[in-house]
Amino acid sequence: MTVRTASDSTPTAQPASARELVLEVRDLSVSLRNADGLLPIVTDVSFSIAEGEAVALAGESGCGKSITASAIMGIAPDNAEISGTIILNGAAISGLPHRERRKLCGRHMGFIFQEPMTALHPTLTVGRQMTDTLRHNLGLSHAAATDRAAELLDRVGIPRAREILKGYVHELSGGMRQRVMIALAISCGPSLVIADEPTTALDVTIQAQVLDLLDEMRREFELAMLFITHDLELVGDFCDRAVVMYAGDVVERGRAADIVRSPAHPYARGLIDAMPRHGDQRARLTPIPGTVPPVGHWPQGCRFAPRCSRAGKKCTVRPPLAVHIRSDVRCWYPLKVGQ
Amino acid sequence: MTDDTILSVSGLSKNFKAVKAVRDVSFSIRRGKTFGLVGESGSGKSTTARLVLRLIEPTSGSIRFRGRELANFSPAELRAERRHMQMIFQDPYGSLNPRMSVRETLIEPQLVHGIGTPAERIQTAELLLAEVSLPRAALDRHPHEFSGGQRQRIAIARALATNPELIVADEPVSALDVSVQAQVLNLMRDLQDRHRTTMLFISHDLRVVQFMCDEIAVMYLGEVVEQGPRDRIYYSAAHPYTQALLASATGKRDGKRARLKGEIPSAHAVPSGCAFRTRCPHAFERCALEKPAIRDLGLGQKAACHLLDGQAVS
Repeated sequence: MTVRTASDSTPTAQPASARELVLEVRDLSVSLRNADGLLPIVTDVSFSIAEGEAVALAGESGCGKSITASAIMGIAPDNAEISGTIILNGAAISGLPHRERRKLCGRHMGFIFQEPMTALHPTLTVGRQMTDTLRHNLGLSHAAATDRAAELLDRVGIPRAREILKGYVHELSGGMRQRVMIALAISCGPSLVIADEPTTALDVTIQAQVLDLLDEMRREFELAMLFITHDLELVGDFCDRAVVMYAGDVVERGRAADIVRSPAHPYARGLIDAMPRHGDQRARLTPIPGTVPPVGHWPQGCRFAPRCSRAGKKCTVRPPLAVHIRSDVRCWYPLKVGQ
Repeated sequence: MTDDTILSVSGLSKNFKAVKAVRDVSFSIRRGKTFGLVGESGSGKSTTARLVLRLIEPTSGSIRFRGRELANFSPAELRAERRHMQMIFQDPYGSLNPRMSVRETLIEPQLVHGIGTPAERIQTAELLLAEVSLPRAALDRHPHEFSGGQRQRIAIARALATNPELIVADEPVSALDVSVQAQVLNLMRDLQDRHRTTMLFISHDLRVVQFMCDEIAVMYLGEVVEQGPRDRIYYSAAHPYTQALLASATGKRDGKRARLKGEIPSAHAVPSGCAFRTRCPHAFERCALEKPAIRDLGLGQKAACHLLDGQAVS
């Protein structure tokens, strides 16, 4: 078998349509410098997002999904060494100095975090936070910024917007806080929104409302959305394409529906089998044996091999991300469709 | 109540000052079964769990455990009875004593309840560790040396140390990653089969509850709105809230999920009549005026909703 290495020109790395690419990440690697030298956290991550498209970055804790996001946002820790290329709206931003990077935040990239209480300012009014952002990025007057902020709150389904602007974040429910964060994220008309576990802390019925809202915003403003999550069921529901990560590596990349229905990488398969499902009549779940190796203790070769039932001789060598049937897979022994 | 019933709760209520956290909750659990309490935040599920163990005192209502009224127990009797009821918490980081080795952690509950000789207690600790699939070498280590999933295994072993009849598990896998969660859920089911332990299982995750539980009660704002055998709840939910909860958790984007409007009201201001009416897509005049009684729908299923009025028992 000849292995065709997946590059950025393969169909699954790119959105299917001819829509404008908003974000391209090429061979992104992040290492943290500590007393012992460089500790790799994320290696060779590549994917892209077109306008109006939602791409999931999925995996369990410690897989590197959040640090990948912070590298894109330009807020990685000070001791992080980043290599690779990040292209936003056609321009490489990875080489820009810190100050220039900061200018892109808010204006061209919006962020939604899991915990709005930590991301929003506790002692500034909701209005102040929103108008500061609007005035700074768009140069609006105070009055214009206030009007725009009220419009935005109204748009994300917050009743009595003018009143809420005068209040503080802690006075709001979790769902309302997340709506404020969405309003803030889209306030300056960004082309890319990065949402890091945006509904994980919310109740089920509220989670559904917030997902609907994000979906609406994406369609209305043709936003490119990077959706970071541990929940594969959400990936299938909410995203067009998915990038599954394990121990700092992209292990599978392709259409979200394909990956959730019929994953080719044994880890992705394992994650799906480990989840209890609606209508599950299984007496036992199928767990993945062992635990995720901590950073700094990744096995040589395929990092999933020690936990993998399909592991064989080849797995001592790290597999490339290669074109398989429908997706790109980093595995020497990928699963067939439906296997 | 049949002889098989190990825990029977009726008319249980708890007020924290003006907040009615739990209102008139009734259910019973048969020996060896897992009973699920499911609901969103503020539903009163965790308060109910604490009431059942009498970790907090009920405002009113009855809790019968092993045929006796728990309210009548003296403090000394209650302490002794605790041997038969143990708890597993969401956060094994917070619930294990960081200064105690695993050996001490597993011996302590036996010591408290005067179970066995020192040699027997050590032997039990070793057996428990094997039961939760941790190596013997773990005995001399401390909680911080383990991963989240391993810590939850230790917490489970500790809960089993007194050979309890009832285990109350409050969100035991919510803090764990999916692959580890499956290991712990399988372990809990295996142990339950082996020991015939009865379990009260509290979770916000409908998928986990469906996997684990024989019977389920759905709570909303301090009340049970529907309860019944698992498959009745999942395949023929009668209460609009249960239906919405299932739709939110399992719905797909295409076909547009049935969405609940608005937020869960504050427990300080529970709506009149049916507490769910402010979010209910089917609410009508009567719902604001009159509280729906819980109705028997047959096959062990019960729900409190005016829409079910006059519906014959199948």
